Amino acid sequence: MPVESAFQPKIAAFCCNWCSYAGADLAGSSRLSYPADVKIIRVPCSCRVNPLFILRAFQRGADGVIICGCHPGDCHYTSGNYFARRRAALLFSMLDYLGVESGRTRVEWVSAAEGQKFAATMNDFAKTVASLGKCRRIGDLRCRTSES
Amino acid sequence: MTKIGVFVCWCGSNIAATVDVDAVSEAIKAAPGVVFATNYQYMCSEGGQAAIRSAVAEHGLTGVVVCSCSPRMHEATFRKAAAGAGVNPYMVEIANIREQCSWIHKDKAEATAKAIALARAAVAKLNLDRPLTAPETPVTKRALVIGGGIAGIQTALDVADAGYEVDVVEKSPTIGGKMAMLDKTFPTLDCAACILTPKMVDAAAHEKITLYTYSEVEKVSGFVGNFTVDIKKRARSVSVDRCTGCGVCSEKCPSKRAKSEFDQGLRERSAIYIPFAQAIPNVPVIDRDTCLKFQTGKCGLCEKVCPSHAVDYSQEDEVITKQYGAIVAATGFKPIGLERFDEYAYSRSPDVVTSLEFERLCNAAGPTKGHLVRPSDGKEPKTVVFVQCVGSREASGIGAMKGKPYCSKICCMYTAKHAMLLREKYPDSEAYVFYIDVRTPGKNFDEFYRRAAEEYGVHYIKGMVGKVCDEGNGRLTVRASDLIENRQLLIDADMVVLAAAVEPDPSARALATLLTASMDTNDFFTEAHPKLRPVESPTAGVFLSGMCQGPKDIPDTVAQAGAAAAKVIGLLSKDRLVGNPCVASCDETLCNGCSACERVCPYGAISYETKTVVDRGAKDERRVASVNEALCQGCGACTVTCPSGAMDLRGFTGRQIMAEVDAICR
Repeated sequence: MPVESAFQPKIAAFCCNWCSYAGADLAGSSRLSYPADVKIIRVPCSCRVNPLFILRAFQRGADGVIICGCHPGDCHYTSGNYFARRRAALLFSMLDYLGVESGRTRVEWVSAAEGQKFAATMNDFAKTVASLGKCRRIGDLRCRTSES
Repeated sequence: MTKIGVFVCWCGSNIAATVDVDAVSEAIKAAPGVVFATNYQYMCSEGGQAAIRSAVAEHGLTGVVVCSCSPRMHEATFRKAAAGAGVNPYMVEIANIREQCSWIHKDKAEATAKAIALARAAVAKLNLDRPLTAPETPVTKRALVIGGGIAGIQTALDVADAGYEVDVVEKSPTIGGKMAMLDKTFPTLDCAACILTPKMVDAAAHEKITLYTYSEVEKVSGFVGNFTVDIKKRARSVSVDRCTGCGVCSEKCPSKRAKSEFDQGLRERSAIYIPFAQAIPNVPVIDRDTCLKFQTGKCGLCEKVCPSHAVDYSQEDEVITKQYGAIVAATGFKPIGLERFDEYAYSRSPDVVTSLEFERLCNAAGPTKGHLVRPSDGKEPKTVVFVQCVGSREASGIGAMKGKPYCSKICCMYTAKHAMLLREKYPDSEAYVFYIDVRTPGKNFDEFYRRAAEEYGVHYIKGMVGKVCDEGNGRLTVRASDLIENRQLLIDADMVVLAAAVEPDPSARALATLLTASMDTNDFFTEAHPKLRPVESPTAGVFLSGMCQGPKDIPDTVAQAGAAAAKVIGLLSKDRLVGNPCVASCDETLCNGCSACERVCPYGAISYETKTVVDRGAKDERRVASVNEALCQGCGACTVTCPSGAMDLRGFTGRQIMAEVDAICR
C-alpha cells in the first residue's frame, strides 16, 4: 500500500507565452517555489491548447492539467483566452463526468506581473491534485509505469 | 532525423548550484536524436556561442537545445548563434531550467530530475521541428499620429523632420489639444499659446505632414510596417479650401447657445464656430446639433453671408483609406467629471471651478479676456481656496472608488502656478492650498513651489477639504482640517478651485481595441516594458506619446513624444521587416472547407479559395482555407477549432506539443 503523502503527482501546466509564461518567469526570478511536479509547456496563447493535448496528458499518466492565460480582456491576441475558457469549460465538465475529478483540471489567469499568483496557484493546484491521488481513470494501460 | 546537440548552461552558479549540470548533460545523451551534449559556464557568452559553433562543425548538428534561462531572455541570442553556425535558427529549443527549476527548487536531486525532464521535452519537440524561413515584408514609409495635442504635434514634427510622411488625425476641429487651453506654463510662467501655436503652424506648414482634423480613426487592419487605416473625416459643412477664416459666419449666426468646449463651457458659442483664434485649420465647423438650418431647416444665414461661398450644408462624412508603417497613439487626457464629488458644491455653485476652468478665466483670450473674476457675479475674488487631489490618490478598498488610485502628477505644480497668478493679479487677495503631499520632482519645480509658498505668501495647509457650502449670498464656506495644527478650519471664500484628477481621453478605449493595444486598469495604454520600452506598445508598430500612457506634464510629454518619434523613425528607416515564421498553415488534403477557422481568427488572416488539390494522387476541386502569413500572428486559435486537424501552427505543431506532453508525463 503506497503512502499517500509520498505521492508525487505529475502536473502539466500549459502557459501562454505573453502573460502566464512571463508570470512563471517572474515567480522564478522572485525565487517563489512551487512543487517540481509542475512542468510547464509553453504555447503562444491559451487558445493553442487543444483539448486533445489534455486528454493525451491524462492518458500518458498526468494527474492534473492546468491552463494559464492572460486575464480576460488582456489577451495578446485579443480573444484567445475566451476560446480557451469555453473549450476548457466543456472539456473539464466532460472529464468530470468520465471520472477525472474537477480538482484535476483548472484554468487560471496569470499576468506577467503576477509571479506571486503563479506560484500560489501552482502550490494550491499541486496540493489539490495530490489529495486526489493517482489519476487512473483514463490512463493508457500501456503507459503505466510499475508504481502505478 | 535531426542531429541534436544539447548545451546545458551553468549560468554561473544560478543553475549549477541547484542542478547537477553534468548529470543533465550525461542523461540527455540517451534521448532520441541527441548526438552531442555538454555543459558550459555561460552559454550566452561568446565562449558559449563558440561552443555551439564548434559542436555544429564537428558533429554536423542540425538542431540545438540550450538548457538555460527563460526563452524570453535569450531565445533570440541562441537563434542568432545557431544561424551563425549554419543551423536554421528555428531549429533551436530552450529548456528553461533556471526560472522554472534552479531558482524555485532547493533539493538538488529533485531539481536535477526536473531539469532532465524539461531537457527531454525540448529534445522531443526539436525532433519534430522543421527549418523555417522568416518572411520579409516591405515597410510603408508613412506614420499615423492619432491625436493632435502637444504630444501628437511633437511626434509628427520629429518624424517629418527625419523625412517621412506623417498624417495627424485629430477628433476636434483644431489641433492644439489641452495645452492650447492653458494660460501660463510652469515652472517658467511663459504663455502656453506663445510656445504652442508656432509648433501648430509648423505642423500645418510642414510639407511632410497632413492634418486630418474633425476626423477619427474608424478601422485598423494589417500589422507592423503595413497598417491599413480607415479615417472618417466628419463633415465640417465648410469647405476647407475656400474658407478664408474671416469669421463673418460665426458673428452672424443666430444660434449662440451652445457651450464653448474650448472655454470649458464658461462662454457660449455660435453653432458655426472656430474653437479659438489661433485654431489650425482656421476654418469653422458647423455643430449640426445646435445649427438651426440642420435642426429646423430654416436659417441658412451663414451660407448667405460667407463672402467666399465656403459653407456647404450638403457635405457628408467621408472615409479615406491609407497605408501606414507605424501608428502613434497620442490621445491625451481629460479632467475627470466631478459628479461624484458633490461635497465640493461644483454642480451647485458657479464659483467652484476646475483648474482647467481657472486657466480659461486667467487667459487673455478666455471668456473674461483675462480679467480673473467670479463666474457668478463678475466680481474679483479676494479669497480663493485651492483643493488638490480631487479624485487623485484615492485609497482603494473603502466602498466604491470615486476617483483614481494614481497621482495625477501635474496638479501640485499648476496649483502653485494658479495661486501665484492670483496673488500677482490681486496682491491683496488670499490664496489657500489644501494638499495631501506637495509633490514637485522636476527641474526647477521645487524652487517654483517654494516661491509660491515663501515669496508669494500662498497659504499651504496640509489637510483635506471636507465640504464646500454655497451660502447663497455669494459666499462659499469651506470646511477643512489642518492636519499639522490638528484643528478644524472654516474659510469664507469667494472662489474654490478644484484640481480634478486626470484620466485618459474616453476615445482611447475604443482606439486600443482597434489597435489591439493593451491598456491598464485605468485605461492608460500599457507600454511594452515599463522601464526599457516606455514608448512602445506591446503591439508591434504601435507607439505611445504623451498622457495616453500615463499622467505627465508638458516637458515629459514633449520628451516622450520625441522618443516615440525616434522609435517610429527607426522602424520607417528599414526597407523590409523580418516577420515571424511561426504562423498557421493549412493541410489542404485534410481541409473540409467548413470556415470554422475563418470565424475565430482575430486578424482576418484566413480566407477561403477554391483550388485544385492533389489528394493521394487524385486531383480534386475543393474549397480550402488559405492563411495570409503576413497577417497571421500565430496565436493558434484556428488550429484547435479545426475539426479535421488541417490547421497547424508552425513551431508549435500539434505533434510537437503532444511530444512535449509525452516527455513530461513520462
